[in-house]
Amino acid sequence: MREISLHLLDIAENSIAAGAKNITITIREDTTADRLYLSVQDDGKGMDEEMIKKVTDPFVTTRTTRKVGLGIPLLKAAAEACNGWLKIHSKVGEGTLVEVEFQRSHIDRMPLGDIAGTFLALLVGNPQIHWVFRYSVDQDGFELDDQPIKQELQDIPLSDPLVLSYLREMLENNVRSLQTTSVY
Amino acid sequence: MPTIKSLDDLKRIREEALEKRKVKTASGQVQVIVGMGTCGIAAGARDAMKAILETIQNENLEGVIVTQTGCIGLCEKEPIVQVVVGDQPKVTYGKVSPEVARQIMQEHVKNGNVVKEYMIQV
Repeated sequence: MREISLHLLDIAENSIAAGAKNITITIREDTTADRLYLSVQDDGKGMDEEMIKKVTDPFVTTRTTRKVGLGIPLLKAAAEACNGWLKIHSKVGEGTLVEVEFQRSHIDRMPLGDIAGTFLALLVGNPQIHWVFRYSVDQDGFELDDQPIKQELQDIPLSDPLVLSYLREMLENNVRSLQTTSVY
Repeated sequence: MPTIKSLDDLKRIREEALEKRKVKTASGQVQVIVGMGTCGIAAGARDAMKAILETIQNENLEGVIVTQTGCIGLCEKEPIVQVVVGDQPKVTYGKVSPEVARQIMQEHVKNGNVVKEYMIQV
């Protein structure tokens, strides 16, 4: 995957598969400290120590009874190649927090990519989940909590053409205003 | 951090949508399902999803529900998109680029004709 936002999408899909009801995605760019921080927090079924080890490094074990993907190890490798790290905090029955950090200016750092498109796909494709998206660059930022939107819309689906254009515009405008102020 | 607030717009959107629903009743619900496993995402599922949402918006397609699903075990055929029109059987498409996604939305979802070229057997 060539974009960080695709990795976020992938991790969020894990949260959905883990039965999460609430998922919060945070992206934080700090230009002074030269760090790019991202996290996905969910209240899904969580993982035990052994499972965390396996999703982080699927090749250390010989057990083949459980299916483990390559999304997390690839992201971890990408972060570590950019003076960064990836950490998973998880408790069975409570949820999981995946955190990853990159050196923002590192030459090998993948671009963030289409953040608005990623948030939109998650939001519209998984209306049963309560989403919170946060994106900040230094002191500027926005937070999108979908609860008030869904309450206002009631029975109108998020895939209604009018709602779609509203959501897309809102996301794109907010992301754009952040990215034009930051030095890329 | 400022929160996004323009809920007044949403009130208006809701009213407009309800109004339109009255005019165009049940031409049959259409469900579009996009495979969003790691394999799907790596193959370009997000861009297919984006093209689908854009077509709904541009063509003003009502009554289309877009959902996601995980890996269905056909990773080599990803991105995979499935379409269910009303109570007709589910049609599965493989290798759905944004271009193909637009074609599926136009021909299948809008006009009701299956796009045989990209159909796959599940």
